[in-house]
Amino acid sequence: MGDIIKGETGDWEIVMGLEVHAQITSKSKLFSGAATNFGGDPNEQVSLVDAAMPGMLPVLNAECVRQGVRTGLALKAQINKRSVFARKNYFYADLPQGYQISQYEEPVVGEGEVQIDLADGTSKSIGIERLHLEQDAGKSLHDQHPSKSYIDLNRSGVALMEIVSKPDMRSADEATAYVNKLRSIVRYIGSCDGNMAEGSMRADVNISVRKAGEPMGTRTELKNLNSVRFIRQAIEIEAKRQVKVIEGGGEITQETRLFDPTKGETRSMRSKEDAHDYRYFPDPDLLPLELEDAFIDECLKSLPELPDEKKARFMADYGLGAYDAGVLVADQETAAYFEEAAKAAGDAKLAANWITVELFGRLNKAGTDLGDSPISAKQIGELIGLIKDDTISGKIAKDVFDEMFETSKDPGVIVEEKGLKQITDTGAIESIVDDIIANNEGQVSAYRGGKTGLLGWFVGQVMKQTQGKANPGVVNKLLKDKLDG
Amino acid sequence: MALDKQTVAKVAHLARIRVEEDELETLAGEMNSIIGWVEQLGEVDTDGVEPMTSAVDLKLRLREDAITDGDYPDRVLKNGPSTEMHFYVVPKVVE
Amino acid sequence: MSDMLTLTLAEARDKLRAKEITAVELTDAYLNAMEQTRDLNCYITETPEKARAMAKASDERIAAGKAGAMEGLPIGMKDLFCTNGVQSTAGSHILEGFTPTYESTVSQNLWDAGAVMLGKTNLDEFAMGSSNLTSYYGGVKNPYTKAGSNQSLVPGGSSGGSAAAVAAHAAIAATGTDTGGSIRQPAAFAGLVGFKPTYGRCSRWGIVAFASSLDQAGPMTRTVRDSAIMLGAMAGFDAKDSTSLDVAVPDFEAALTGDIRGMKIGIPKEYRVENMPADIEALWKQGIEWMKDAGAEVVDVTLPHTKYALPTYYIVAPAEASSNLARYDGVRFGLRVEGKDLNEMYENTRAAGFGAEVRRRVLIGTYVLSAGYYDAYYLKAQKVRTKIAQDFKNAWGQCDLLLTPTTPSAAFAMDEKIDDPVAMYLNDVFTVPASLAGLPGISVPAGVDKDGLPLGLQLIGPAMGEEAVLRAAGVLETAAGFSAKPALMAA
Ligand SMILES: [Mg+2]
Ligand SMILES: [Zn+2]
Repeated sequence: MGDIIKGETGDWEIVMGLEVHAQITSKSKLFSGAATNFGGDPNEQVSLVDAAMPGMLPVLNAECVRQGVRTGLALKAQINKRSVFARKNYFYADLPQGYQISQYEEPVVGEGEVQIDLADGTSKSIGIERLHLEQDAGKSLHDQHPSKSYIDLNRSGVALMEIVSKPDMRSADEATAYVNKLRSIVRYIGSCDGNMAEGSMRADVNISVRKAGEPMGTRTELKNLNSVRFIRQAIEIEAKRQVKVIEGGGEITQETRLFDPTKGETRSMRSKEDAHDYRYFPDPDLLPLELEDAFIDECLKSLPELPDEKKARFMADYGLGAYDAGVLVADQETAAYFEEAAKAAGDAKLAANWITVELFGRLNKAGTDLGDSPISAKQIGELIGLIKDDTISGKIAKDVFDEMFETSKDPGVIVEEKGLKQITDTGAIESIVDDIIANNEGQVSAYRGGKTGLLGWFVGQVMKQTQGKANPGVVNKLLKDKLDG
Repeated sequence: MALDKQTVAKVAHLARIRVEEDELETLAGEMNSIIGWVEQLGEVDTDGVEPMTSAVDLKLRLREDAITDGDYPDRVLKNGPSTEMHFYVVPKVVE
Repeated sequence: MSDMLTLTLAEARDKLRAKEITAVELTDAYLNAMEQTRDLNCYITETPEKARAMAKASDERIAAGKAGAMEGLPIGMKDLFCTNGVQSTAGSHILEGFTPTYESTVSQNLWDAGAVMLGKTNLDEFAMGSSNLTSYYGGVKNPYTKAGSNQSLVPGGSSGGSAAAVAAHAAIAATGTDTGGSIRQPAAFAGLVGFKPTYGRCSRWGIVAFASSLDQAGPMTRTVRDSAIMLGAMAGFDAKDSTSLDVAVPDFEAALTGDIRGMKIGIPKEYRVENMPADIEALWKQGIEWMKDAGAEVVDVTLPHTKYALPTYYIVAPAEASSNLARYDGVRFGLRVEGKDLNEMYENTRAAGFGAEVRRRVLIGTYVLSAGYYDAYYLKAQKVRTKIAQDFKNAWGQCDLLLTPTTPSAAFAMDEKIDDPVAMYLNDVFTVPASLAGLPGISVPAGVDKDGLPLGLQLIGPAMGEEAVLRAAGVLETAAGFSAKPALMAA
């Protein structure tokens, strides 16, 4: 369901398409042999080509093409066997050539589709318009000096995939789910590390508002949003701004806007005044890129099981619900962790439950993630195994889990060391039950007089005496037999 | 298609070349004579003709993904008109 | 010393190898000649110390029996080639003082072959021009003058400094680059052999770009043999240039067999332009006869889109240039003129840094690519370009080479034509079609006009047809026996 903005004149719908820039995982840049590592010293990872020295020429990186095609295939998209690199001309301090080499009329990847998973367990299909390869620009530092900007070209020429969606999104939830899904896909196939904090993924949001059933409104483009949180905030703020402008009798100007998270506002970007006239033309330093069928086949064969396929398999093979399956396949590590735990436990549903509820809860609280989990998949499987074979009760298991999280010890060892093994020996439990009945005549007669709710109190007494280790089923049965009989 | 002074001024701004107001007239005249002359291409029937973007009949060659360049900031910055702390420096940009 | 200056490149090479002369002697003779001819303004930057050091190293290699193809031969390097540690200006104010930290592939190939650099030769700014008058560093005088006149003539352009230097014996040979005729036209104006090879034969890496889909380097020499030797050293596959041809470099000198019997020479009727001077018309006819006399078969061919080549060129080249020259923005190298903000800095820098012709072409190029005009101008021109290239392909069904005049006139005075850009552009009417099609074209000095000024004939071949072009050029050269000498020449 889309977000509705309640305006003074009625309800407004948000319409959005996203352009996601994802940095391709490669050792060297798209058109030069300079390194792409994050965080180098200023202008260190810069070749003469990246600095656009006179006479320098681009030579295309094969790995970047391969990753672009693999990503296209993962988006179920059309792969164009012929594509063309074009120059997008504009002046900017961190754009050394005075143009960006990108793909315009003939991108390497055409139309495709992505399923997004929404919080209510439903899915929605978002159309992909295209994916093209292009160079990143350098970086301008505006806050180092009162009257100067500093230019670092380390990112200049780094390979990006620009993934352009159709205007199929209607809410901030859908937009963030879409970004999360793209992130999941590129991380699965290894074409991008998905690290938004380091700028490996950034989104531009094309956003407009309209009354239900009306044609599309004029859109603005929110540039360079580098976290899911900012995407959400920027959408909410910009959509409200647009409604306010229109309801105030104004018109939306088609323009590029910048989201300022500290001020909580969006504002027009002065530096993009020429955005309507990039003077694209095919780059004469490069020839058309032609792909062989065999190459595309190789790319296809190299793809791992993708999130949607994995989700379907988890639902079919493990009987998981859509929501749990969606959560578990979000990244490959989680999915693999789950599958190992499920195998060790011999019970997939319990494993899914322990992982999504207990483990994720604890990891979240500790501010860490699965990669740093103190509990291994095998250990969580073993813990579930101990519950299933009645070695410990579910309640004790939570204590054991806490101990595992603190110490990384195997659950068997903790149970052994602390003597937490469940007492299932009926004789031993029976003697305790007998003692309690003998020593609490008042409660016994009250129970027998009709206050059957006291059964819980009796169970509690047994558990207290056994430090919770008595098998609850056995305790219940014995107590009922003796009190009722 | 006659270029007026305003169009020339717009194009000059796109190309980031300062053109003084009193030069616009002359420049518009020169550009018009060139544009007028190239418009004879309209006589050529190019229906269904593919545009030629390269003079060589080659396929694009790809290079292997390896770090073979860079790591020489001093060479990169050597000719910079204004540099500080291994950065190029420009007048402050307001986004 | 003066004897040494009259040696062709091939002769000097042989004498160096035979140790009859040394590279240091030869280089000193040329450094001296450069001083004598400084008034011509052939060089933007002279590099005498570098030249002497390189010559000394050449003599050592010759002594060690390790002479390269260009060993010890002192040449001029067009100042469009970036040279490591030596100012490289492209004839523009905007690159004044720019000292690359890298060496262009073609110049490196020449140094690897043992050539000696005398300096960086003058040129039209960013190679945009046919007169050398657009250079920020001043015009170049053609060493030739009209008989009985001392009026200064242009050497042609854009490789005007290279042409004047070689003609005036201020270099034994020089590099040129040709985008629409910038090697062939000045060669014709200065009585030299100028060869633009197939697009992709010489790497463009490290050459300041003018129009990327057209730019091609080539030699400017006194003889066809010299051209073959020097091209062999310049050419070769370069992985750093995506448009470089990955083919072996033939032994071009070996192609000069002098035998063109049975070769079919096409005469394109569209090159008979209006108002062509009678001298040129006559020379062309003479050239046809020479070809026949040598046993070639002459056939009439048609290149129907010839008249559209120039307007096509004057859309395509400025469009590419407008983008190629965007990097001259005052941020990373070259001139900067400050302004109150970044945009003002850009506009001030580029207004002060670019001359009138460059500015005009950048504006035209920007205009034809801009929103609403792209299809009508740029795309249209690229389609017409396809038809022009197709014309040539059709011609190769009937002939092996084409013979045409190189230019529609001899060298003109330095104060002519400058006010009318289109009149200036017409200089390239015979050279531009082969550039658009990426084909090899050579200009051979074949005669003089009524004023005694050199005139050239052009041979055009199919892609990678350099050997046939050179073979026929050698025959033409022999038949013509061009012997005019410039008025201004070092001795
Ligand atoms: Mg975009
Ligand atoms: Zn982009």
